[in-house]
Amino acid sequence: MSKITKLAAGAAVAALFAANTTTAGTLDDVKAAGHVKCGISTGVPGFAFTDDSGAWQGFDPAVCKAVAAAIFGDTSKVKYTTTTGKTRFTALASGEVDMLARNTTWTFSRDTDLKLDFVGVNYYDGQGFMIPTELGVESAKDLDGASVCIQTGTTTELNLADFFRTNGISYEAVPIETNDEARTNYVAGRCDVYTTDASGLAATRSSLENPSAHVLMPEIISKEPLGPLVRHGDSEWADIVRWTLNAMITAEELGVNSENVDSMATGTDNPEINRLLGSEGDLGAMIGLDKAWAWRAIKMVGNYGEVFDTYIGADTPIGLERGLNALWTQGGILYSPPFR
Amino acid sequence: MDTATRTYAPGEYPDEKPPIGQSGFLHWVYTNLFSSPFNIILTLLTGYFLYKIVPPAFNWLFVDAVFVADSREHCRELNSGACWGFIGKRFGQFTYGFYPHELRWRVNLTFLLFIAAVLPILWGNMPKRREMLWFSALFPFIGIWLLCGGFGLEPVETSKWGGFMLTMVIGVTGIAVSLPLGILLALGRQSDLHIIRWVCTGFIEFIRGVPLITLLFVASTMLNYFLPPGSNFDLLLRVLIMVVLFSAAYLAEVVRGGLQAIPKGQVEAADAMGLKYWQSMRLVVLPQALKISIPGIVNTFIGLFKDSTLVVIIGLLDPLGIGRASLSDTKWQGLSTEVYVFIALFFFICCFSMSRYSIYLEKKLHTGHRED
Repeated sequence: MSKITKLAAGAAVAALFAANTTTAGTLDDVKAAGHVKCGISTGVPGFAFTDDSGAWQGFDPAVCKAVAAAIFGDTSKVKYTTTTGKTRFTALASGEVDMLARNTTWTFSRDTDLKLDFVGVNYYDGQGFMIPTELGVESAKDLDGASVCIQTGTTTELNLADFFRTNGISYEAVPIETNDEARTNYVAGRCDVYTTDASGLAATRSSLENPSAHVLMPEIISKEPLGPLVRHGDSEWADIVRWTLNAMITAEELGVNSENVDSMATGTDNPEINRLLGSEGDLGAMIGLDKAWAWRAIKMVGNYGEVFDTYIGADTPIGLERGLNALWTQGGILYSPPFR
Repeated sequence: MDTATRTYAPGEYPDEKPPIGQSGFLHWVYTNLFSSPFNIILTLLTGYFLYKIVPPAFNWLFVDAVFVADSREHCRELNSGACWGFIGKRFGQFTYGFYPHELRWRVNLTFLLFIAAVLPILWGNMPKRREMLWFSALFPFIGIWLLCGGFGLEPVETSKWGGFMLTMVIGVTGIAVSLPLGILLALGRQSDLHIIRWVCTGFIEFIRGVPLITLLFVASTMLNYFLPPGSNFDLLLRVLIMVVLFSAAYLAEVVRGGLQAIPKGQVEAADAMGLKYWQSMRLVVLPQALKISIPGIVNTFIGLFKDSTLVVIIGLLDPLGIGRASLSDTKWQGLSTEVYVFIALFFFICCFSMSRYSIYLEKKLHTGHRED
């Protein structure tokens, strides 16, 4: 047995102190490190996933990529850190990541008490219900006594309790940890209802054997504005993330996309496009970047509409309609302040 | 006939076959499967369940399975069984996590060297064992250098580690470091020096009183607040420390069980021979105590190896985490059964090997105190 003790020599891992020099601003730190440290989720269909080559893709990592493109002109200069619902805020607050882009709902207490800054909304979501068609239920208010699959530690859990309480009906919670677990439980019939953000329901429904045998209830019981967030205390860094997202939204509004951005960057008749893409004025300097920052983000990642269509739009298996997330000019509520 | 004259010298009388019905396949079936009404019912029920489960499982796993495919849709078009094409496409991810493609040879090399380093430790009859053990002692440094980089190799951050590689790193480091630590703790708990005894007892009781998942949360979130701002302690290292401490506390108690089984006379005999404390422990007490503790120690190791999957909760991408991220790709969504079967196979192979090795070791060290 003494031989086993010699296993002690078998392996060990070194103490790695990554000297992280604290400096004035996050942007300087990011530039010094050569990458943006971006917190993402561990996997939400369409919103964050690994492709076959092992690279992170999705609607949320696209925000990280756009920021990296604006700063470095290289979408690969992102260091992804996967965070769970429980670790995400400490990871951001402790400086393990510079920004979070992982379907996180903007709420009062998170914005204030947790000392975080939501810089915008990249997806307006709301909590919905999915049930098998054969249950024959028309409205979520008829779900008295139903067993409900619900992800723990999320705002959806609290919304669910509120909804059933205000309507005076009862439910039996089936607590689950991940979307995939919920799907398995729902398919196996261990819960009658699956509730989460409507986008997640649509994604889950698309992956079922027979999607038409399941229906989303018409009720949307909550507001879930999902968006990227940063720490309190560095407004310059918050500005960069906020306006990168705004640049993508504005680009769609102005008809700038990754294909025509090069020709538009040489100058157009629309002064706002010129300001956005840097052929007129120098907006980039005001946030510590160069003139072409927005041009790079749009060129390398695309405008908001392109990103939406690529990962979660109607032509993807997720099949989400723009709905609330259409531009304000097209019936939605997506509205970026002007570039001036 | 006088019975006294009958002799049955060996070899003179041929061995008769047992009566019909007392040997052979049918007899075995009768005595083992149908010897009583209760056994008959059990046998029939078991047979029915096996019939219901095994053929469909076999069909799903192999016959109807698709081994090469580009997406879940593609799989479903080809056949109705398991979609192993998914695992095939993502095998690299499951094995190496996000380790850069062009540097994966370093992980492979580390694994080969690991085998070479472990063999002389595990196998006493190995030729040139002494020389090889020197290599085993050096391996941790070589392994860290290869995996982390530096000193001429391109550095790879531990946040890029994932998949089976991460499980192996956590499991192997945890096992290798926690065993000596656990033995020291066990000895410390029995020490005559009060302070040492109190410290060891307090440490063991504290760690055993806290779930591993709590320690992992402390590692991932709390430590950031304790450390001076700006210092960035590698997350994997924090996790490794917690895993080692956790399993060391359990091992200490297993080893203490072994130590208490050694009669006091052994220590007194060692004392009488003039052996110092460490000599008597090393030469007399520990070899016996550890031998008794083998099943418990291996049990703790297997538990530790499987517990390494808990790191998925704090966002490290072990095979389960990689599986979750992969399943979120809409191309492959809904193939969780395949992923879990595949990961279960990996863990079974590792844990079963450990279990078999412990049986081999017990047999080798068997000196007649056991019943069978």
